[in-house]
Amino acid sequence: MPQIRTGATDRFFRLGTGSFALVLILIVVGIAVVLWNESILSIREFGLKFWVTERWDPVAGDFGALPFIWGTLYSSILALILATPVAIGIAVFLSELCPNRLRTPLVFLTELLAAIPSIVYGLWGIFVLVPAVRALQLSLPDWMTALPLFSGPPVGVSMLTAALVLAIMIVPFTASVAREVLKAVPMAQREGAYALGSTRWEATRVALHYARVGIVGAVMLGFGRALGETMAVTMVIGNDPKISWSLFAPQYTMAAVIANEFKEAVEELHLHALVEIGLVLFVITLIVNVASRLLIWNMTRERRPRRPITAVVPAEESAV
Amino acid sequence: MSLTGRARRRRAVSAVMSGLAFSSVLLALVPVALILFFVVARGISALDLNFFTQLPKPVGETGGGMGNAILGSLMLIALGALFAVPVGILVGVYIVESGGTRLASLARFAADTLNGVPSIVIGIFVYAIAVLPFKTFNGFAGGLALGVMMIPIITRTTEELLRLVPMSLREGALALGATRGRAVFSVVLPAALPGIITGVVLALARIAGETAPLLFTSFGNQYWSSSLRQPTASLTVQVYNYAISPYDDWHRQAWAGALVLVSLVTLCSILARMATHRLQRMHHAA
Repeated sequence: MPQIRTGATDRFFRLGTGSFALVLILIVVGIAVVLWNESILSIREFGLKFWVTERWDPVAGDFGALPFIWGTLYSSILALILATPVAIGIAVFLSELCPNRLRTPLVFLTELLAAIPSIVYGLWGIFVLVPAVRALQLSLPDWMTALPLFSGPPVGVSMLTAALVLAIMIVPFTASVAREVLKAVPMAQREGAYALGSTRWEATRVALHYARVGIVGAVMLGFGRALGETMAVTMVIGNDPKISWSLFAPQYTMAAVIANEFKEAVEELHLHALVEIGLVLFVITLIVNVASRLLIWNMTRERRPRRPITAVVPAEESAV
Repeated sequence: MSLTGRARRRRAVSAVMSGLAFSSVLLALVPVALILFFVVARGISALDLNFFTQLPKPVGETGGGMGNAILGSLMLIALGALFAVPVGILVGVYIVESGGTRLASLARFAADTLNGVPSIVIGIFVYAIAVLPFKTFNGFAGGLALGVMMIPIITRTTEELLRLVPMSLREGALALGATRGRAVFSVVLPAALPGIITGVVLALARIAGETAPLLFTSFGNQYWSSSLRQPTASLTVQVYNYAISPYDDWHRQAWAGALVLVSLVTLCSILARMATHRLQRMHHAA
């Protein structure tokens, strides 16, 4: 009977493509398992102390990751503060205010900014931004450099340089996700506002209010990017594992210490300590990404009509 | 009719906010302009035929090029694409065409997760599975790392594009007695193929600029790589090593490398843009 044959080949089709889906899932699980296995020595040796100790001494075999966590969080939060208003401004302009003729080239340019490799940002950072930051620091008046926020010798490689490069890198990314979110706001929201006599900005505010959850998601997605960014930061932050509030002090991040020390780590404990930093970076970015995707998904799902093929909404998604 | 003070103020606020939104676009374009300017201005002077064909010269001698690194990058990218393109596309097919199984939503979640994993962490993963067992940095590991990064991009692109294919095409094929596999591979996938190819090109461009996952997988090499079982040079790692070196001549070459990378990325973006533009027009016409 032809029906039986069809059923069998359908199953074969699902099994065939499904096995590749399984491969993808196994890769992600594999990453988690490998990170755990390869950091077990450090986890056993230092336990929770690893996360609150400031000392990082490969020669003495004593490892504490606090300066790197500090550097990663401080640089990413600074970048977030610098990038968020600009990114939202761009998203608003491109989706709400921009004349159609201007939109295509502007979208292209911001996308190009997102596509420039990290290493190029780093190169530009070393040779253009670092001297500029040094000049800026030298031009500051004495009473400002006396403040802890601006103290330190003028070396140029610093927290501020890293935050600036990170901000430039995440602006186009956050802007394009926020634009997608704004695109998902029903036209009726704006039309309603206009019908009540709103100005353009007031109608935009209505759209922004409607999209607020998704925009928070877009900002968090940018934050996730900043946390894991490696090359550009490694090249401009100065790589000094010291905790400091100063914007002009060289500091260090989690990704940067892995990039710098991994291939030279001879002691097994040193290697495991580095992998443990990688493990935590993995977990943090995972949490940030999942949370932001849930927010964005929550926002954009209304607009899209139910897709015929996925008419059965998976249990975990419908629970949101 | 004259405007009341309140209405005038509301209009002013509206104009000011529009102006602010526009100025944030300008603000974002300043770094693009600066980066492109410096990369072109400094890169072009070091860029000549030797850059593409010669080996790096030892410290102290000027000249030489990054021929081995360019070739190495091409090999690593090709290797990555070789396994990431089929895997990525097939996972995308499964997610869309399997009818919403639990495995499909899990695979989708895995793709999103993998997309967000920092590239340096992918480097650690590949180091553990493809460098440690062989006790040497090798080109295969580098290609594997790039491939792992490519899979989620291609999967998501395939997924997006398959969803755009009208349901009636599938129904037509099934009504004619095609099996599901047949319907997907001879009707649905070909319909989405131009878009998928565009997505693959963009993924290649993005992966070509990756440095972090190569640092301790394919490592680097000052000579022509004869085998992917050996450490293999790549353009990005070479640019990094030269950029952080203290030598002026190496800095010049790093800028040249950056120019090559940026040109490649720009070219791919423009090509992809043109292709999607044509696709959209075709869809509108249909």
